[in-house]
Amino acid sequence: MSDEDDIVLSELPDEELVPQIHDDLYDGLKEEIEEAVHILLGRGWAPYDILTKALVEGMRIVGIDFRDGILFVPEVLLAANAMKAGMAILKPLLIETGAPRLGKMVIGTVKGDIHDIGKNLVSMMMEGAGFEVVDLGINNPVENYLDAVEKEGADILGMSALLTTTMPYMKVVIDTMIEKGMREEYIVLVGGAPLNEEFGKAIGADAYCRDAAVAVETAKDFMARKHNTVAAG
Amino acid sequence: MGLPGDIELTEHGLQATGRGKVLLIACGALAREILALKELNGWDHMDLQCLPAKLHLYPDQIPDAVEKAVLKANAGYETIFVVYADCGTGGLLQSRCADLGVEMIAGPHCYSFFDGNAAFESRAEAEMTSFYLTDFLVRQFDAFVWKPMGLDRHPDLRDMLFGNYTDLIYLAQTDDADLNRAAISASERLGLRYSRRFTGYGDLADALATAAR
Repeated sequence: MSDEDDIVLSELPDEELVPQIHDDLYDGLKEEIEEAVHILLGRGWAPYDILTKALVEGMRIVGIDFRDGILFVPEVLLAANAMKAGMAILKPLLIETGAPRLGKMVIGTVKGDIHDIGKNLVSMMMEGAGFEVVDLGINNPVENYLDAVEKEGADILGMSALLTTTMPYMKVVIDTMIEKGMREEYIVLVGGAPLNEEFGKAIGADAYCRDAAVAVETAKDFMARKHNTVAAG
Repeated sequence: MGLPGDIELTEHGLQATGRGKVLLIACGALAREILALKELNGWDHMDLQCLPAKLHLYPDQIPDAVEKAVLKANAGYETIFVVYADCGTGGLLQSRCADLGVEMIAGPHCYSFFDGNAAFESRAEAEMTSFYLTDFLVRQFDAFVWKPMGLDRHPDLRDMLFGNYTDLIYLAQTDDADLNRAAISASERLGLRYSRRFTGYGDLADALATAAR
């Protein structure tokens, strides 16, 4: 996206460094991201501002170009690796300094499915947006989800699947939640390449999210509605 | 009908000849196998049109592409049979075919119907961490796996992309020592344990025999 050869990050003023971070994230330049995060911290930036204005915003741009077919999976993975490296620096500082917590999500790939690239991107973007995320990993039977949402006091349950053969398992999880009378307590978001909105509705999920950026926006919307309902009640 | 090259099948597919009562609208990745079965069984009344095999990489485009082909061909044939499995369309291809009034081959994808859908399903749990190749995908490993996954440009992404897999199973439609060697090489490049299972044409043969009637 940009010519990196002559750019010295530490010499850039903030208003140029932040767009440069967006460019470097786009290009998946992990070391440059780490350096830039340190520079901004050294300039007195709050960790939360670095996270949201530099890293999350940069990944949002990556997400848009992925959606539009300009970027592909490998490029998104490299960008995600770079963002992860930046977040690793910020995470302990965010705990120290405090940052808004929007809610808590339990997420995992469903039983029979080992694909986790999309799920990992969602986890990362949700964390970046201010959600606490408990990632159950891959191949999760219904008990894993139900135990985790209860134990963690989660607001949101996220399920992912890449295979046509495994995506129906999401309905098993939702139906079990209904049977146990716990469905209404949680926002259920689903995603994965073969899914679509119609499927999400048919299985009784609250929403189908076509990518990580949509997952974040959808989660924020539902959390706002939840708070409004609580406030009105 | 001559055998088209894999690159042609990947990029452009195969035009129908316009002769025959039954039209098969298929994925370009299945052209060789369908033509072999046609020849073997003398199904001269069947015509074959293949859509570009590269649609395999963009499953969301398959239903529209199939619909376009069906509507274009509808008047010229007594029957149209779609030789695509679900292929990652999440049921959308099935419902589109139902709307169009055409049948399609059963199964989640070609790995499954080559292996036999029932057998494939029964092995699903045991082979959850297996990555499958067919004859076509062995021949086109670079074009369909290595490059689209970015491994030509970023080999360091291999474990991030394939780290949850343990095995590569080559579902072989034919006995071909060169393909076997190429499949072994693919498994080594992906860092996966190799095995080969001869499937022949599996459920594809039965599905086409039904369509031929």
